[in-house]
Amino acid sequence: MMAVSKQMLDQEPSEIEMLLPWHAAGTLNPRDTRRVDEALARDPELARQYAVICEEYAETIHLNESLGAPSARAMAKLFAAIDGEPARNPSAWLTISTRVAGFFASLSPRTLAWSASLGALALLLQAGVIGAVLVKNQTTSFQTASLSTNEPLTRALGPEAPPRALVRFAPEARIADITALLDHYQASVVGGAKGGMFRLQFGDKAMTKDEIAGLMSKLQSERIVNLAVATP
Amino acid sequence: MSATQAATDDVLIARIAQGDRLAMQVLYGRHHVRVFRFGLRLVRDEQVAEDLISEVFLDVWRQAGKFEGRSAVSTWLLAITRFKALSALRRRKDAELDDEAANAIEDTSDDPEVAVQKKDTSEALRKCLTALSPEHREIVDLVYYHEKSVEEVAEIVGIPENTVKTRLFYARKKLAELLKAAGVERGWP
Repeated sequence: MMAVSKQMLDQEPSEIEMLLPWHAAGTLNPRDTRRVDEALARDPELARQYAVICEEYAETIHLNESLGAPSARAMAKLFAAIDGEPARNPSAWLTISTRVAGFFASLSPRTLAWSASLGALALLLQAGVIGAVLVKNQTTSFQTASLSTNEPLTRALGPEAPPRALVRFAPEARIADITALLDHYQASVVGGAKGGMFRLQFGDKAMTKDEIAGLMSKLQSERIVNLAVATP
Repeated sequence: MSATQAATDDVLIARIAQGDRLAMQVLYGRHHVRVFRFGLRLVRDEQVAEDLISEVFLDVWRQAGKFEGRSAVSTWLLAITRFKALSALRRRKDAELDDEAANAIEDTSDDPEVAVQKKDTSEALRKCLTALSPEHREIVDLVYYHEKSVEEVAEIVGIPENTVKTRLFYARKKLAELLKAAGVERGWP
């Protein structure tokens, strides 16, 4: 296998080669760490360079640690300067937010995890209760629409009344598609969109039950129709 | 640095923005040594480095309200330190100080050749790390000692991430050349 490392001084280093120091310091992201690990496993030259880097890493730490620490003079000078700064008026909102942030920061990861779990459980319970209430009180839109008392009474009195249906069009249906469909079925809209459904009337003659069923079936198979239900 | 400590640093900064001196003391206690060492490696003068950390933390006191938390507090501190160190170097005429300080440091102990004669490769390596240019020194320190990622170094130094990678590579190459000149062969490059 071709070596990933490039030993010649005049050659540009490879991407992996340049990432080696960060791998040694443990500051690479998991993806790059994996890439470097794989390259190190298959390229002995790269592994040799990595050993050199580990040595540099250790000595750089050693060198920096040997630099000692600043004297107390630096801190005294700093706080003397701070004393000379104008006083601040902390805002109430910032004080509260700082305390809240401080409170969460003071919690241990375990406590935070438990709190988050309890919070999630409480949310689930709440969702369950709301869902149960909604299901219990639910009435379907067909029932509501077909039981409408706003319709003219004459409509359902005789068998000669033309058929009607509640139709829900597909969301992607365009006005032109709907108009064409209405023309094709000689239908007209006789009721506004309640719950996303239109009340349509087909032609001006009555139909038998079988004819109405056939009409609904045909209507239902239209691309732009999601639902078609015959109504009185 | 752990995520918990990073979060706590953010809280300290928020408290400092409110004028909390105790929070300032805690933050100072936590970071002043690293800030001092980073500054010292750049300016190579303990007195100047001590003055630097006072200036850096005074800036933190003044600017805490503007800290947006987009980077770690330690990264922010090192970026301020670098800026202050470069300003201090400019004030003291960079080149003169560098030569002067390098000579002063060399006077304190053996040069790389002598170190090798003592068969102390580690010491030679440390001497050569000290002999790197300020640009190379800072990037080596930021990555190895301050454990900064590529992105964080880019932010501190103010250069693109790809430049960070190549700069460290060439710093390491320079280090290898210095070691080679001192008679130390490590098998790379």
